[in-house]
Amino acid sequence: MNSVRVLAVACFSAVALSSCGADSEPTGETAPAPTTSVSGTVTVLAAASLTESFEQLGEQLTAEYPGLEVVLSFGPSSGLVEQVLAGAPADVLATADTRTMGNAVTGGAVEGEWEVFARNTLTLAVPAGNPGEVTGLADLAKPELRVAICEPEVPCGAASERLLTAAGVTAAPDTLTTDVKEATSLVSLGEADAALIYRTDAAAEGAAVESIEVPEAEEVVNDYPVAILVHAPNPDGAQVVVDAITGESGQAILADAGFLEP
Amino acid sequence: MRASWSPDRQVNRRLAGRADARVPVGLVIPSVVGLGLLLLPLAGLVARVPWSRLGQILSSPAVLSALRLSLMTAAITTAVCVICGVPLAWLLARTELPGRSLLRGLVTVPLVLPPVIGGVALLVTFGRRGLLGEWLYETFGISLPFTTTAVVMAQSFVAMPFLVVAVEGALRTADRRFEDVAATLGASGWTTFRRVTLPAVAPGVLAGAVLSWARALGEFGATITFAGTFPGTTRTMPPAAYAAINSGDVQTAIVLSLLMIVVSVTVLVALRDRWVRSG
Repeated sequence: MNSVRVLAVACFSAVALSSCGADSEPTGETAPAPTTSVSGTVTVLAAASLTESFEQLGEQLTAEYPGLEVVLSFGPSSGLVEQVLAGAPADVLATADTRTMGNAVTGGAVEGEWEVFARNTLTLAVPAGNPGEVTGLADLAKPELRVAICEPEVPCGAASERLLTAAGVTAAPDTLTTDVKEATSLVSLGEADAALIYRTDAAAEGAAVESIEVPEAEEVVNDYPVAILVHAPNPDGAQVVVDAITGESGQAILADAGFLEP
Repeated sequence: MRASWSPDRQVNRRLAGRADARVPVGLVIPSVVGLGLLLLPLAGLVARVPWSRLGQILSSPAVLSALRLSLMTAAITTAVCVICGVPLAWLLARTELPGRSLLRGLVTVPLVLPPVIGGVALLVTFGRRGLLGEWLYETFGISLPFTTTAVVMAQSFVAMPFLVVAVEGALRTADRRFEDVAATLGASGWTTFRRVTLPAVAPGVLAGAVLSWARALGEFGATITFAGTFPGTTRTMPPAAYAAINSGDVQTAIVLSLLMIVVSVTVLVALRDRWVRSG
């Protein structure tokens, strides 16, 4: 269930070797390199919920810029910010809420403005077949149900708290997951009866996860900001990545994944 | 056991003393680098301890519940390891079990397996939809993940091989003639094991128990994967430190780390004498 994080860590530790990351073949010969100067490795730290979208975008970029290697490392936004503040050699930071990005700014890792490139809302996710017979947020208070919620410090956890407060529910979680992907795995494995995860994560799991409509979810929206880090080793490459995320190709991928427009 | 002072030892001491005068630089430099790598992080940790807030953080519910849970689960795990591991070690050392060497190899797999992988294995075996877990859940309504029991299982999975290896080693080097004599005097197998074998390998059992305990106390990967992490039921000290550092609460993470170092070092020092001899 931690495969995403394991992979992310593997990629992260392979930064020095620059041998990890978007490993797919270029998808076609049709993509010419618009600018020739961009090359080298760009390291992107991104919120776990961006895993599928950014992997796809990374593949596109590698096809478009043959000299560019996009290394992706996914994890909880708050943890990524801690890595950046501790000196992780990264170029781009994309978090799942503005509070965590704000911490990066306060810590001096990001200068000036960030750009919001997507928005996301939560959903009540249950395993296929809904074995816990969950019908709404109020069921999260049932002690007999196995409930997974993100750590309150992680964006999905902070959003879950706001959502539960809005709905007037005091949840009885059985585990607080490190990031949203861990909660997602627990639901798709059937080990949790219910979890609060992003719509996009539920969609990425396909048939293994069912979503239960939560009216209040519309009101709790997370803004996803992206920024180039102050100590980016490859600022030119970083700019290309940020342009792609905020540009047409990135927005199309994000929309496909179920993210809302900024 | 008391160390005996022999002339051999005196000679060794003198030789060692003389060698000190001409230690090759080629050995000193890597040693210092290695020592720095081992000790500097500990020093760095101690240097960053927020002493003025120490009492406040130590007495916070998050830290106290993690400490209590860690000590409790590590103690239960050690008991489980001794109760199951000593007989297992005896089986491996003293019987002509078919496929014994293969079994011995398999028992030590968790020693080299990344703990997270152990956690995944536990989850797909004892999870609610796991190989055995599904049957447990359907038949008895027992669901193991996210419980304190799961924490103990995860800790035992990674810690028991240490005990088995230590006790098996002690059994192999113990003089078997005492057991034979006991048997010829009419002692049953169980009595022989309890009155002769066990006392002979007691230092090995203790060493194994200490190793298991230390390993259980530091367990992280298998625990967080199989048992999850929730304050009070499954969040032991290492996951609590991880949660703290991930949420930007560096001070709590440092205090938890300091606490783990103090607890481990205290126990190791308290048991050092016997520990060194049995090793």
